Amino acid sequence: MEYTILILLLPFLSFLLIGLLDSRLKPGAAGTFGTVVTGIVAALSYWTAFSYFGGGRNAEGLFPTMIPWNAEWLPFGGNLHIDLGILLDPISVMMLVVISTVSFMVHIYSFGYMKGERGFQRYYAFLSLFTMSMLGLVVATNIFQMYIFWELVGVSSYLLIGFYYTKKEAIAASKKAFIVTRFADLGFLIGILIYGFYTGSFSFTPDSAVIGSAKVFLPIALGLMFIGGAGKSAMFPLHIWLPDAMEGPTPVSALIHAATMVVAGVYLVARMFPLFIGYAPEVLHITAYVGAFTALYAAVVACVQSDIKRVLAFSTISQIGFMIVSLGVCTSADPHEGGLGYMASMFHLFTHAMFKALLFLGAGCIIHAVHSNEMSAMGGLRKYMPVTHITFLVACLAIAGIWPLSGFFSKDEILAACFGFSPVMGWVMTFIAGLTAFYMFRLYYCIFWGKENKELHAEHTPHEAPLTMTIPLIFLAVVTLFAGWIPFGEFVSSNGQAYHIHIDWAVAATSLCVAAAGIAIATWMYLREDRKVADGLAAKFSGLHKAAYHRFYIDEIYQFVTHRIIFACISTPIAWFDRHVVDGFMNMLAWLSNQCSWLIKGMQSGNVQKYGIWFLGGALGLTVILLLI
Amino acid sequence: MDFSTILTYMYTEIALVGVIIAALLYDLIAGARGRKYFHGVMCTLMLLFIAGTVWPYQQENASIFGGMFVYAPIYSIVKSVLAIGTLLVFLLSDSWLRKPDTEFKRGEFYVLTLSTLLGMDFMVSAGHFMMFFIGLELASVPMSCLVAFDKYKHNSAEAGAKYILSALFASGLMLYGISFFYGTTGTLYFEDMVPMINGSALQILAMVFFFTGLGFKISLVPFHLWTADTYEGAPTPVTSYLSVVSKAAAAFALMVVLIKVFAPMVEYWQTLLYIVIVLSITVANLFAIRQKNLKRFLAFSSISQAGYIMLAVISGTPYGMTSLVYYVLVYMVANLAAFGVITAVEQNSDGKVNMEDYNGLYKTNPKLAIVMMLAIFSLAGIPPFAGFFSKFFIFAAAFEQGFHVLVFIALLNTIISLYYYMLVIKAMFITPNDSPIATFRSDNSTRLSLLLCLAGILILGLASSVFDGINLYAFGM
Repeated sequence: MEYTILILLLPFLSFLLIGLLDSRLKPGAAGTFGTVVTGIVAALSYWTAFSYFGGGRNAEGLFPTMIPWNAEWLPFGGNLHIDLGILLDPISVMMLVVISTVSFMVHIYSFGYMKGERGFQRYYAFLSLFTMSMLGLVVATNIFQMYIFWELVGVSSYLLIGFYYTKKEAIAASKKAFIVTRFADLGFLIGILIYGFYTGSFSFTPDSAVIGSAKVFLPIALGLMFIGGAGKSAMFPLHIWLPDAMEGPTPVSALIHAATMVVAGVYLVARMFPLFIGYAPEVLHITAYVGAFTALYAAVVACVQSDIKRVLAFSTISQIGFMIVSLGVCTSADPHEGGLGYMASMFHLFTHAMFKALLFLGAGCIIHAVHSNEMSAMGGLRKYMPVTHITFLVACLAIAGIWPLSGFFSKDEILAACFGFSPVMGWVMTFIAGLTAFYMFRLYYCIFWGKENKELHAEHTPHEAPLTMTIPLIFLAVVTLFAGWIPFGEFVSSNGQAYHIHIDWAVAATSLCVAAAGIAIATWMYLREDRKVADGLAAKFSGLHKAAYHRFYIDEIYQFVTHRIIFACISTPIAWFDRHVVDGFMNMLAWLSNQCSWLIKGMQSGNVQKYGIWFLGGALGLTVILLLI
Repeated sequence: MDFSTILTYMYTEIALVGVIIAALLYDLIAGARGRKYFHGVMCTLMLLFIAGTVWPYQQENASIFGGMFVYAPIYSIVKSVLAIGTLLVFLLSDSWLRKPDTEFKRGEFYVLTLSTLLGMDFMVSAGHFMMFFIGLELASVPMSCLVAFDKYKHNSAEAGAKYILSALFASGLMLYGISFFYGTTGTLYFEDMVPMINGSALQILAMVFFFTGLGFKISLVPFHLWTADTYEGAPTPVTSYLSVVSKAAAAFALMVVLIKVFAPMVEYWQTLLYIVIVLSITVANLFAIRQKNLKRFLAFSSISQAGYIMLAVISGTPYGMTSLVYYVLVYMVANLAAFGVITAVEQNSDGKVNMEDYNGLYKTNPKLAIVMMLAIFSLAGIPPFAGFFSKFFIFAAAFEQGFHVLVFIALLNTIISLYYYMLVIKAMFITPNDSPIATFRSDNSTRLSLLLCLAGILILGLASSVFDGINLYAFGM
């Protein structure tokens, strides 16, 4: 399967070509090229998945882990070396399919969405760069390669969030995203270094004899790595960058900030899962609590946002919380004995990527039609945009967890895993699932039903998006409709053995009821043109409403801590010291260098006799010094 | 010893002699039409020569001619590096050679350059001081002709005179040192000398004198004074050759002799190098700050780079040798890229070589400005360009042997060097200019050489296999 290297090389070449030619390439040519390349990559990924899973299990009942391509890049001696290569195992192959599918859809969609934008070529170049980095991240053969691509993903996300670089908010958002995730990545890097130091390798599966000697440092290293993952996956309190990242073009939000990059943290934990479960189960459970709190927090905030992309952003944070919880509640590697969460998490990652991308792309169509992100500009859009309406509804039903859509199946497994861990966790997550149904349908009704903003729509009649944009919607909607029936456990499970998914109808019935209740409340509150109940509640609990609308002032707390405490009390004095003492010393050195260079200027007189004297004098002087020492 | 043994171990030199003879004959025979292709023919010949000799054929050390000539796989690698440098110089010299006043002696340029290369190869492979000295002279005498190649130009002639006078002086001193060794050991064979080396006062004097001869070629302070004047006056392609190939060959030869012959005096030569390194790096940096002429500027930059190269030599280990070869390779592509840009600009703008002339170059010739920028980044050792890795390895080599303070001084000096390197970039990209150098298209040969250099700057650092590949052979030293 050596051809898998092409999956990385093709998007990279496409990035180089489009990026270097830039405006010398016609926008259409750049877009077509990027899209065709991504299409080939998607085809290759499917073929890889087909032949990998089609290759069957080995004697131990596992899908063999394959490294079809590997190069030792930086040897440090011993087992410690950094490799660049391609690793195929069930989760990486699954991720290849997810990433290339969503990326391909986004490439097509962007034709319509970005039409006529300045920097169309640049946009496609960055998309290619992102695709390459994300694919490289999932097929990494070792933790360091993962880190390299991890950073590349961060950079491409930064570039794409700041795509509209003349817009102040976009610049601020891109910086925020970069700094926050970079800050978290510091934890990741330290974790990798500790890991490398104590296990003597960067491999995902180090020698078990060596691990024993790492003792307490292995959990520490894994915990630090999780901080990196929490940054990328927007876990509380490092989630603050994701809502702002919505300043980027909407297809980018769909690709990076919904389907692929933000689940990198989940993927990281899944990748390190054998180590977590074997040597640091406490750390794994901590991640579950972090994930659960994040899921709850983000769901509450999502209930009151008025910007549709922000609602989706918080919903993404909440759903990633679900995936992390699901991994975190695992208590063993056996899916029958408390290891169900691993499979559930990966399954949810897969289904979520599809329906969340669909939601974002749908939101993109709406924004394209009404030229605003605010719900107040929408309402009653169902008659103008039938395709968007139906596909959006499908995605909303899926995320709410309604049978037989894909979200139902994956969420059911997650809830089953949570109940297996502890009833409290199970009920909390069920409640959040209900909240999810509520806020998604609030969003749906506010966009497509409810009170229409007639003035705005008269001025500029909303229209259905062009085919390039609706085809990806339809495709993803079809996937969302049927993905739940994939026997996912046959491919991915915590110990690699085939796991036959069976629906736990007690859990399923509860979650269905809760979801239906959520939808019903949303219908009751938001379906009609006047929203007496909703407005009344908002007025009654105005304090809570305001706090939730302002995301519980987390950003303000950050502002306070960074500006008032760190900048004012630590950075300013250090800056003074730097300006006056460090720079002063350096300036003195510079001044001294300058003076010295004037002093010795005479040496270079241009007079060859004098050169001879220096030459001989130097030789004799050196001899004398050597004799004296 | 029959001819086949000679061919087995001396294949590089024999092939090179073949190339020289071919150049001579072509120069004699080719008519007006044939001369048009002279450049292409020579570059192809060099390419074939490199392709044929780039990796060592024999994996074991051997000596022939009774120990006069020594073969080792790492020497073969060193010679390949030198040959690649020469080819790059050939490529970027075409625009200059095409001028009417040099066109008719184009053949001489090739023959002279290749003769110096032959001398360097022999110098590296020498097993006897006489052989060594002959190699050195073969590398020096044609070099002075090259420096004075534009002999009707005052600068070039003056540079040639200064070079030959300094070279004579250095050779004299070196021979004097060698004669002391003969006096104290009774032999000039490297292997036989080792047991007799004891670090007596006379031998210390002799070693320093011997060192001056190579210190002159590598242009280490205080034997460097000719450098700036010669670099400035010599035709730019010759300057580039002097600054990389000639310097590199001498550095290799020095390291070989120090390790092989002067091993018993290791403390002495390490002290000697210690002083010379500190002096070279610091003094050259102080001078470089003030330069206005880019060729003079690069002369001082190359003196300070020579100081860094000596960091690899001072370690005296196989790892040091690997770092040395690697450093030289990386330095070669970066420096040749810089000189390539200077040559292109000089040939297309009536000889502009001053720093002010480069103001606003990015506006008119963006590609050249970017090549120059990357070359300078690599010279200054900024990651992720090759120069960063090569500096890292030589620092590591010296650090491993306990030269902590020395490495620290070298590090401090890289900061000073960063300042003056950035001056060039500032001139090209930031300083505004009402009348910048006009936009021009450089010839294909120059473009090719710049492209190769650029590939080297970008790839050599990241492809760890290069360093590992060299390292594989260094242990055979």
